[in-house]
Amino acid sequence: MTTYILRRLLISIPSLLFISLVIFLLLNLAPNDPMAQVPLTVPPDVKEKMRVALGLGEPLYIQFYKWLVKFFWVEPQVLIDHWFGTSFSQNDFRVISWQTRSPVMDMIVERLPQTLWVVGMSYIVGILIALPIGIYSAYRHYSVFDQAGTFVTMIGYSIPPFFTGPLVIVIFAVQLGWLPSTYDTVHKVVDWETFVVQLKQMVLPVMVLALQTTAQISRYMRSSMLDNLNQDYVRTARAKGLSEWVVITIHVLRNSMIPVVTVIALNLPAIFGGAIITEQIFKVNGIGQQLIGAIYANDLPTVQTITFMFAFLIVFFNLIADILYGLLDPRIRYD
Amino acid sequence: MTENPERQASKDNSNKWKHIWLQFRKHKGALVGSIIFSLIFITVIIGPSFWPFEANEINIRERNQGPSLSHPFGTDQLGRDTFARMMAGGQTSIAVGLAAMLLSLILGSSVGLLSGYYKRLDGLLMRLTDLFLSLPILPLLLVMMLLFREPLSEAYGPERGMFVLIVMAIGITSWMPTARIVRSDVLALKEREFILAARSIGTGDTKLILHHILPNVLSPILVSATLGIANAIITESALSFLGLGFPPDFPTWGRLLNDAVEYLTLYPERVFWPGLAISLTVLSINYIGDGLRDAFDPRIRGR
Repeated sequence: MTTYILRRLLISIPSLLFISLVIFLLLNLAPNDPMAQVPLTVPPDVKEKMRVALGLGEPLYIQFYKWLVKFFWVEPQVLIDHWFGTSFSQNDFRVISWQTRSPVMDMIVERLPQTLWVVGMSYIVGILIALPIGIYSAYRHYSVFDQAGTFVTMIGYSIPPFFTGPLVIVIFAVQLGWLPSTYDTVHKVVDWETFVVQLKQMVLPVMVLALQTTAQISRYMRSSMLDNLNQDYVRTARAKGLSEWVVITIHVLRNSMIPVVTVIALNLPAIFGGAIITEQIFKVNGIGQQLIGAIYANDLPTVQTITFMFAFLIVFFNLIADILYGLLDPRIRYD
Repeated sequence: MTENPERQASKDNSNKWKHIWLQFRKHKGALVGSIIFSLIFITVIIGPSFWPFEANEINIRERNQGPSLSHPFGTDQLGRDTFARMMAGGQTSIAVGLAAMLLSLILGSSVGLLSGYYKRLDGLLMRLTDLFLSLPILPLLLVMMLLFREPLSEAYGPERGMFVLIVMAIGITSWMPTARIVRSDVLALKEREFILAARSIGTGDTKLILHHILPNVLSPILVSATLGIANAIITESALSFLGLGFPPDFPTWGRLLNDAVEYLTLYPERVFWPGLAISLTVLSINYIGDGLRDAFDPRIRGR
């Protein structure tokens, strides 16, 4: 098992490096001038000095190397300093935003909780709805419930969040007036009433994101259950006289969960990507909105960092999925 | 043995397609989906030549109207007819969908065919596919829009430049599933006797791939083509919705939705039409894909 995990870990390092190279090159080779915002009255030689100060005069591979060092060496030190109160990173250069001139990571850390709350909550809600639907549709294959479930899944696949978002706003916020249409991020939960307000403002974004999660995961759950329900060991379990509940939950479900668990891990980064749109609709100031803002403002370091964080999440959860698969299914790890 | 083998083969082939059509017809969702999609397609293509209003015809006196006989979907804040704009937007959205699908299909099937057929290329191409699969697609698409919008607009004009950029961006980032499916099918096909037979009579690699393997992997390619259109339409709309797609006065469904969201509290009904158009199109295409998959592969029917 250890060698299996080690091998997976080693594979993910070059892919992370490749992705960071792609992101870096895409942004640095593109026709784009960070000095475009500087007033025209600034003389050219001063502009040139500013360019050098930003590290733009050096060859590409040195820029790339420096960026890697900042990202993988300096920023973790900052994190350690933050946690343990040490001072490893005092004199190091960090990734600085061109927009606000403050470290990009500090800004991300400020915005991450909002994204995590909304995305994480929607993912949990989505999974909790999806699993029973998938299990029951497979158990009652071709029933009315199954047909309806398949239709809802299809809708979840086909209706994009930028339509469901405005739609639920129109229904629940504009027409019925039950829930707020925007997410107030400075709102603090101190007592029961503020908790209710927080809950209310989370309902709509969570609902929109959860619809997509539900659609995907219930589909996987259903087909995985269907694969297992016709296996011989199920017949054996029934022949032993086990109750239907035990057969389904203990025998079939446990085996069907193997691919579903990995799909749950694999899909998580995609939900973060989808959150970019949802955050824009509900005005949640998470990292998705920060990315859009940075793109509009031409703030390349921020764009690079956030894009790379998304890539890191994908590689990380791929690794998690691989390891989980190996843990749950011994047949995989001995290939 | 009176018929010559070539005619026999072509008869078998037509029988196969007939059988697929019969199976496809049994799938109710797919049938309804194809009818709805054809209706949308025909309306969008020939509708504008019959409709009295132009998509960009500004008529301030008739601005912000609700649905009426002359403007069945109402008008927007500049008095432009929403139905005309929906048709114009649909033309762009569907054109982007088809073009991006074609590009990603060509890329995906070539990568799949090559890596399935040539063992030397397999490792390299599959690693490449894995790497592309672990790229964060939506952020990267946004970044590409940001960086290449102006140079391409200068080179081809704002609308055509954007079209080229969006199609390229979606095509380059969505070929991976097709490549994987085609590869696994090619790997299985390669072991079959008819390939051995073709090889033993001296068929070259190119001819073997084009005449013997490609026709047999057509079904997964067709299925991923339908799903590719749906995916491309959603991605284009998402980009336009975030304001990083086509220029503001150029209607696409995503752009219309974005414009409507600004007037959400005043005219909530405006969100409905472009959103419905996107969802209906994508839903019907997905059902067509589902039906095609079932028709091609009897083993997975009803899954």
